[in-house]
Amino acid sequence: MTAVEPERMGFFTDTSVCIGCKACEVACKEWNHVPDDHQGLTGFSYDNTVGLGANTWRHVAFIEQQRPVDVDREGMRWLMASDVCKHCTHAACLDVCPTGSLFRTEFGTVVVQEDVCNGCGYCVPACPYGVIDKREDDGRVWKCTLCYDRLRDDLEPACAKACPTESIQFGPLEEMRERAGDRLRELQTAGIDGAQLYGDDPDDGVGGQGSIFLLLDEPEVYGLPPDPVVCTRDLPAMWGRAGLASVGLLAGAALAFMRRR
Amino acid sequence: MSVDAVTVDGVEGARSGRHAAPEQVARRRRGGGREQRMVPDAEPVSYYGQPVLNRPTWKSRDIAGYFFVGGLAGASSIFGAAAQASGRPGTARVAKLGALGGVTLSAAALVHDLGRPSRFYNMLRVFKPTSPMSVGSWILSGFGPAAGVAALSDLTGRAPRIGAAATASAAVLGSAVATYTAVLVTDTAVPAWHDGHKLMPVVFGASAASSAAGLALVAAPSGESGPARQVAAVASLVEELSLEAMTRSMSDEVGHAYHEGRAGKLLRAAKACTAFGAVAAAVAGHRRPVGVAAGLALLTGSALTRFGVFHAGLASADDPQATTGPQRARLAT
Ligand code: SF4
Ligand code: SF4
Repeated sequence: MTAVEPERMGFFTDTSVCIGCKACEVACKEWNHVPDDHQGLTGFSYDNTVGLGANTWRHVAFIEQQRPVDVDREGMRWLMASDVCKHCTHAACLDVCPTGSLFRTEFGTVVVQEDVCNGCGYCVPACPYGVIDKREDDGRVWKCTLCYDRLRDDLEPACAKACPTESIQFGPLEEMRERAGDRLRELQTAGIDGAQLYGDDPDDGVGGQGSIFLLLDEPEVYGLPPDPVVCTRDLPAMWGRAGLASVGLLAGAALAFMRRR
Repeated sequence: MSVDAVTVDGVEGARSGRHAAPEQVARRRRGGGREQRMVPDAEPVSYYGQPVLNRPTWKSRDIAGYFFVGGLAGASSIFGAAAQASGRPGTARVAKLGALGGVTLSAAALVHDLGRPSRFYNMLRVFKPTSPMSVGSWILSGFGPAAGVAALSDLTGRAPRIGAAATASAAVLGSAVATYTAVLVTDTAVPAWHDGHKLMPVVFGASAASSAAGLALVAAPSGESGPARQVAAVASLVEELSLEAMTRSMSDEVGHAYHEGRAGKLLRAAKACTAFGAVAAAVAGHRRPVGVAAGLALLTGSALTRFGVFHAGLASADDPQATTGPQRARLAT
């Protein structure tokens, strides 16, 4: 499989069937030797780690919502969603990395090469989703590799393998998009209003995500940005502006010094 | 409503609740206050009030400090070349030494932020135009030696031709050193930085020029101070006006980071120093003590501006509304 150019691979995370068991978090940690992060509960429902970071590559979010069920009765719903690196088509982390440590694999995923990363930290504020982060002890950055090592051995990622409800699905991205579309139609037919796909549009600000999601509410509710844009989209304009400012500096100094003695 | 209470009474409603419409979401401010608010669905919400972005890991002393000393070095190189060409050797020497000192401190700050000197070499593994940090590293590695040779040749009087070539290249590279850092910060997802990308190079460039003028006023012969005083007055004005225009061009959700908290304090202090420095420079004439006071104020003002911009970015990265608000507004149009 690695010999020929493989297809772009990706995740489809269907949050409507997530039961919040965190098997994905655990499988990821075990397979990738990710150090433990925060032990104990945060008080945000059953959330342990609050968000993605250097030591959390899958994060299960728990949202408790109060909402009217009948005219006179308040009910509650519990949203659960396993978040992960989006493996963006236009990945800001990769664009801004000065060392070439972040690279795009033959599977179309975005991976950090730990032996090259120098810990400059540029990728951290570049990621519009708050995914990648620095480990304070070793000074380098870490994030989901989409189990690059497993993919090269024709295995599915550890999280997808461990997920008992098929909330995390893995396969060629095209197929994931189709499955996501089918599932959305199913839910819509069943009358579930808030259901929506996240990151499936190749024309969005990051050129489409390599990990797509089916959500039951707006992205913000899950801590996801509703319309992220890769910061390097504006980079040519920025270089232009900086060039003008540089010329202005040179010209201004020349004027001030040359005018009169 | 407390989160626990919802857990308990919510279990039975969980299934049927899915069909019902407008829900309310508990929202908790970061910092863990007890206070919780019910926010209607239509308003932007976030996950327990947590930031969407990961906070920049850069240390402010290293990186904001680098923006200042790097800017000082870059603009001083321009001063060095211009002063030399216009026959002001005293100013030229001060500016060239200032550039060398500035770029040395810059290297120290960058290496300190990386943790180990050897890590800087990884920057020169590749050249990536999509990475302002890669471009900047290459610019710096040309600029540093040029500034060094220019200063040494000036001090020793040796190799004047090489010295002149180094002075000229340091000036051109210096103009890039003084402004590329604006691209570096704005090429991120941090709203208060990114949304300022049109004017940040002007803010940084002007701030660099005003610091270089400040250094010349402090240390160069006062008989040669005419151009430095002019630059001081113009650059300070441009620095403050462009910063003002930049924050005004942002939506309130984003721009408020520049007015509140630590960033607000730093930037108000920066404005006071810069204004004082500009006025003092304008009236100083050839009076040395006034010139020195003006110069010190300008240097301080420039440094405070960089720290202020830096902290505005940190505050903005921590604020989920600054990230999601403008995005939601964009989707609504
Ligand atoms: S989600 Fe962030 S870390 Fe992942 S590929 Fe996109 S920009 Fe990079
Ligand atoms: S911290 Fe490492 S991976 Fe991130 S931009 Fe710097 S060198 Fe690249």
